[in-house]
Amino acid sequence: MADIALKEPALRRSVFDGLPLASKAAAACALEPLPPATRLAVRGRPGVAEAAAAALGFPLPTGVCQSAEGGGRAAFWLGPDEWLVIAPEAEAATLAPTLEQALAGVPHAIVDVSHRNVALTVSGPRAAYVLNHGCPRDLSLSAFPVGTVSRTILGKVEVVLWRTGPESFRLECWRTFAEWVVGFLNEARREFE
Amino acid sequence: MLIIRCPICGDRPELEFRYGGEGHVARPAATEALDDQTVADRLYMRTNPKGLTVERWRHVHGCGRFFNAVRDTVSDFFVTTYKAGEPRPDLDALKKEAVR
Ligand SMILES: [Zn+2]
Repeated sequence: MADIALKEPALRRSVFDGLPLASKAAAACALEPLPPATRLAVRGRPGVAEAAAAALGFPLPTGVCQSAEGGGRAAFWLGPDEWLVIAPEAEAATLAPTLEQALAGVPHAIVDVSHRNVALTVSGPRAAYVLNHGCPRDLSLSAFPVGTVSRTILGKVEVVLWRTGPESFRLECWRTFAEWVVGFLNEARREFE
Repeated sequence: MLIIRCPICGDRPELEFRYGGEGHVARPAATEALDDQTVADRLYMRTNPKGLTVERWRHVHGCGRFFNAVRDTVSDFFVTTYKAGEPRPDLDALKKEAVR
């Protein structure tokens, strides 16, 4: 029989490992990978938003493109019956069952998408300008104030963009698109090198 | 770039949307009793007008919702949009409004 024992222990590698995130353009627009997280796609009927507060500590936001935060967790409005909940990775095994319990009695669906997405921070005085190379949304502070979150597109990729500060965004994309996203943003910020 | 008004999210760039075919094409009841021609007409025959047309659109890279839109096939102008399930607007009245 073939010897299938691993000679080295299995290593967990981020999809960002080895990607060119450092750049001379970082003063204008920096890219920083964010640590793995617990992510839940939540869908449900009216009533879900308030009921979720028992598990999250705050209700799911119900306004268009609104986000809510607390206790290291964040919830994003993606559609009238759809949210993305993000929490520290340590809650990977516990958050979904807790939320499930809180939502009992209200029609809903919870899907663990922790490993589907990866996230990076795009920050700096030209962050919005660089994102606008591939994102057609008005990212000015008046149209897209701090706290706004939206599913939109960046080039050919669907992303979730959350403004965490006047000059910083959390960008969520599907894992397999990460390399393309980094390449695209690098190309876009080259003029600031 | 066209700006399309999602009835839920508001004005958004067209790249966030996807076309969904002609609007208000209702699935008939008792499909088992229909003859082939009626079924084929429902599946494949569309009005294809020059001027105002009613279409389904989906805010696919946004809220994800389908909605209906009245678009002018000559100018590509979106005359109005409204939520799925709402009645088809009076196109003649809209035409008069559109002549501005
Ligand atoms: Zn929308």
